[in-house]
Amino acid sequence: MKQWKVLLIDDEDEFVTTLAERLELRGIHALTETDGQEALARIKTDKPQVVVLDIMMPGVNGLDVLRHIKRSHPGIPVILLTGRGTTSEGVEGMRMGAFDFMMKPVKIEDLISKLSDALEIPKNQKK
Amino acid sequence: MFRKVTNGFKKLFLSFFRFDESKDSQRYYQILRLKMIILMLMVTIIPLSLMYLISYHEYKQAIKEQAVHPQQVMLNKTKHSFELFLTERLSAVSFIASAYPFEELTDQKTLNRVFQVMKREFGGFVDLGLIDSTGVQISYVGPYSLIGKSYKDQDWFHEVSIRGTYISDVFMGYRKYPHFVIAVQQMKPTGETWVVRATIDTDKFNSLIWSMGLEPRSDAFVLNKAGILQTPSKFYGDVFERFPFVISPVSYEPNVIETLDQKNEKIFLGYTNFNSMPFILVLIKPSACVMRPWETLNTELFFLFVFSIFIIVLVVFKITGVLVKQIEELEHRKGQAFREIEHTNKLASIGRLAAGVAHEINNPMAIIDQKAGLMTDLIERTKDFPQQKKFIGLAHSILNSVDRCRTITHRLLGFARRMDVQFSLLDLNEVIREVLGLLGQEASHRNIDIQLNLAEDLPNIFSDQGQLQQVFLNILNNGLSAVGKEGVITITSREYDLKSVEISIQDNGSGMSKETMKHIFEPFFTTKKDYGTGLGLSITYGIVKKLGGDIQVESEEGKGTKFTVILAKQVTQGGEL
Repeated sequence: MKQWKVLLIDDEDEFVTTLAERLELRGIHALTETDGQEALARIKTDKPQVVVLDIMMPGVNGLDVLRHIKRSHPGIPVILLTGRGTTSEGVEGMRMGAFDFMMKPVKIEDLISKLSDALEIPKNQKK
Repeated sequence: MFRKVTNGFKKLFLSFFRFDESKDSQRYYQILRLKMIILMLMVTIIPLSLMYLISYHEYKQAIKEQAVHPQQVMLNKTKHSFELFLTERLSAVSFIASAYPFEELTDQKTLNRVFQVMKREFGGFVDLGLIDSTGVQISYVGPYSLIGKSYKDQDWFHEVSIRGTYISDVFMGYRKYPHFVIAVQQMKPTGETWVVRATIDTDKFNSLIWSMGLEPRSDAFVLNKAGILQTPSKFYGDVFERFPFVISPVSYEPNVIETLDQKNEKIFLGYTNFNSMPFILVLIKPSACVMRPWETLNTELFFLFVFSIFIIVLVVFKITGVLVKQIEELEHRKGQAFREIEHTNKLASIGRLAAGVAHEINNPMAIIDQKAGLMTDLIERTKDFPQQKKFIGLAHSILNSVDRCRTITHRLLGFARRMDVQFSLLDLNEVIREVLGLLGQEASHRNIDIQLNLAEDLPNIFSDQGQLQQVFLNILNNGLSAVGKEGVITITSREYDLKSVEISIQDNGSGMSKETMKHIFEPFFTTKKDYGTGLGLSITYGIVKKLGGDIQVESEEGKGTKFTVILAKQVTQGGEL
């Protein structure tokens, strides 16, 4: 199975590390970042295939991070993940080129299927 | 003083436009209408009544003058005839007195001849006599033997001594026939006076009055200055009787006064005093006869007045009715708009609050979810250990609880629907069937009969599927909790008009009170005390309004509830809740 490399960006360290650990258990290589600025640097160095991004973050906002990614690495698909209850930011993110928009709490199976969609890998090839 | 009065009026006037009652009360509109009616009637009926009164008096005066004028003319003419008659007789007697010396007239033969000539030429003479300065009758021609009779102490003799001529009142004399006397004084060259006295009957008076050609109900006669009838009257007695009314003031011009006769009927009493003769000519016409044209005109005026008032009252009542109704409706709509704005504002703040809460809760919930997920992952990947199944069970129940929390937060946000707001052409019947697919199990479990009465030719509408699903889900949930076992829910769809379609969802459940109906679309209002958020119908209301539609509810306690949703075929608005 081909090794995926996913970068998870979320200010909640507990959330992002646990999610990364679970993805690792499923054979997906998951990197984590809790700060937008550092995340952008990490993308440059580690070149993940797909990014999962929280919108609501202190400091650099998720949508700003998205804008930077789309400018510097337009080929990397970004899946937005938020606990926020409005669709406007989701719609805004989609307009800015996000691949899709998901709502917390998210089931891991749903996230993986979304990741495979983003990487254009048919589901039956995933396992 | 004047200022006080005007201030008082001002207060009264302003109080007319002040309303103390609450605007919602029916009484407020009743009073408003009453005040409008009074004001409008005042400004229309007062001038109309004034106009009526003015024209009443003006016309009456004009017609009276027109009616009185002929009476005056006739009086004048007849008076002249009388005066002419009397003057002629007086001149005749004067002529005798002047033409013949006293001595000649003392001769009975001469006097007789003169009397015969007078009788022939003038008519009406009854007798003729000569009286000397001591008042003794010297010679006489006539039916009585009056020679030697002394008139020294009689009033008329004194009067003729002073004034030279005398015309008497009418008196009953020879052959029981009314007469009057003319006497003329003459002076001898010696300075001694003597008097020629003639008696004349009143036949001519009567013929003069007949010649006036009176109408049957009119009356004319001659009075002396004491008010005694000198000629017979039709209605006021015979000759020598007293006329029942006092005639004043003395007027030598024809004067007409309006008065009542002894039967209390209105009459026009016209009279004129004779110049230098002791008589008054009276002409009486009944008012009814004179004023007939006025009565006709007055009746017409009055009917016009009454008819106008009738029309005014009718129109005023109609207009005020319509106006007040419109005002009431406007006020009602204003109130409704205010309530709607209030409602929308409430919904908006709740939306913001809920979004904040959801974000705060969803983040820790996501951590719990991931931690528990990791636990199951790890347990599943470990070798069997004691109570492994129990641990897996525990982790799953944590995950299930997180799921339930997710459902609650999503519902709280109105997020149970799809995330993306998408407007597309929808078959509403299909949307309803999908929703029923979600609820179908519960319905069949409780033996609830869901009847579909969908119009197959229902036009597609341009709207948001997810939000509409939410709407029907909420209403159906409500219906399902309202009906008991074996309840019936009927869903009907139809084209409402050219621009909209209508879906109604009717249950035969418990229904609700009027009080409940007032509040069901308000946030946090719930009758499901244990498990309702009170947001379902509030969100439903918000969505329907946002989609440019309307939602109505009819309900009767014990009989059931009917929700009617009207949706526009085309929506220009879009957005989020």
